[in-house]
Amino acid sequence: MNSNDGGAELRLVVPGDQIDAPPGTQPGSGVCKRGDSLVATKLGELKIGGDVAHVVPTFTKYLPRSGDLVIGYVEAVMNNLWFLDVGGPFNALLPMSLAPWKVEFGAAREHMGYGDAVLARVMEVDETHSVVATMKGVGLRKIKEGVIFEMPPHLMGLVIGSNGRTLQRLKAASDCRIINTQNGRILIDGNSKGIAIARKALQMIEETGHAPGLHSRLNGILGDDE
Amino acid sequence: MGGYGDIKLLNDDGTRLDGRAVDEMRPVEIKAGVLPVADGSAWVKHGLNVAVAAVYGPMEAHPRKIQRQDRAVIDVRYNMAPFSTSDRIRPGFNRRSREISKVTAEALESVVLVERYPRSKIRVEIEILAAEAGTRCVGITAASVALADAGIPMRDMIVGVASGKIEGVVVLDLDKAEDNYGQADLPMGILPNTGEMAFLQMDGDLSVEEYNLACEYNYKAASEIHELMKQALLDSASRGDA
Repeated sequence: MNSNDGGAELRLVVPGDQIDAPPGTQPGSGVCKRGDSLVATKLGELKIGGDVAHVVPTFTKYLPRSGDLVIGYVEAVMNNLWFLDVGGPFNALLPMSLAPWKVEFGAAREHMGYGDAVLARVMEVDETHSVVATMKGVGLRKIKEGVIFEMPPHLMGLVIGSNGRTLQRLKAASDCRIINTQNGRILIDGNSKGIAIARKALQMIEETGHAPGLHSRLNGILGDDE
Repeated sequence: MGGYGDIKLLNDDGTRLDGRAVDEMRPVEIKAGVLPVADGSAWVKHGLNVAVAAVYGPMEAHPRKIQRQDRAVIDVRYNMAPFSTSDRIRPGFNRRSREISKVTAEALESVVLVERYPRSKIRVEIEILAAEAGTRCVGITAASVALADAGIPMRDMIVGVASGKIEGVVVLDLDKAEDNYGQADLPMGILPNTGEMAFLQMDGDLSVEEYNLACEYNYKAASEIHELMKQALLDSASRGDA
């Protein structure tokens, strides 16, 4: 199962597999050291590039990182903050001071209630995985229109494509505004026909993205790539 | 356990009642990624045992008192379906399932990199659909594959295997009659790459020589099952449904 991709060696590994890497190779993500050797800790594709070996997992849950653009759903409202479900192990905290409106204490519910969707950015993640989100920033807002498509976060690379090519094709063919976020939620905003095309393409990527021939299958939905 | 006198468990030619040699395992089949709603899942058929394991998480640990500030906790629920044996089993937790859930969780905690997910919980559900002796081992194998399928970082996988003693002879992988009427049972959780032991139980008596032979059988079987586990995960990853 070896192949080459721009000089990097590709191979599927399972947890515990010893990695044959040149001496001095450092463990990257999904890899740990056991004595002098490197061992895979996740199921996925092994990539050895430069002096770092890492595993690109075939499945992983979203783990928030500082700076991530995310779509969250309001899970709970307090007097001065909202709790957002961002798809990670813990809810993110959105204090009223980081909301785009002037919010009086006790009036948080007037701006956003349970179930509302927001486009936010992860501001801070501490060592115990507590997450603070912010809505202060360009484009960050409460989502009032459009459709949110849930894509497993590890497949977001396939949605974007190399140099953003797949995403550009998706936007051009559907004539929709498409905002992809790091937590795997994709906002599609446009006319219903365009949204249907985008959803069909995204669904295909979700179901068969890993299988060879993605480009030609996308051509079948989006039309030929020019 | 402890012997039942005149019950014959070995044929005159030294083979067992089901025709297996003393160091022969029951057939094993493993599939990964069988449940679309779980983060990771596995199906294991070992002889007539059938187990399904599902993994959910990491997620926020509830109730809060079980949270650990420096690591995740693994919450295992082992359960035998009411129809898994010839006698109906009363649904719900009992003393045996609590014990097996606890030892399974402790075995899995030794391989999962729990320090990566502070304050979190990884939920592992093991459902035994059909039972024929050795269900705790099948459950551990299934849970290990399901954890890998869920993308949970682990330093190695765990393989559950058991050996035992019947009519004074050490045999690998006891079936139901051998488990019920044999003299000893030695289930083990083995880390196939490092050779470490994540869990060990012993029911009955074994001499040092018998224990060593049982361990030898278990390690041999573990490496065979490990290959099947790897293949199931690689098949699942190639299909893209991991």
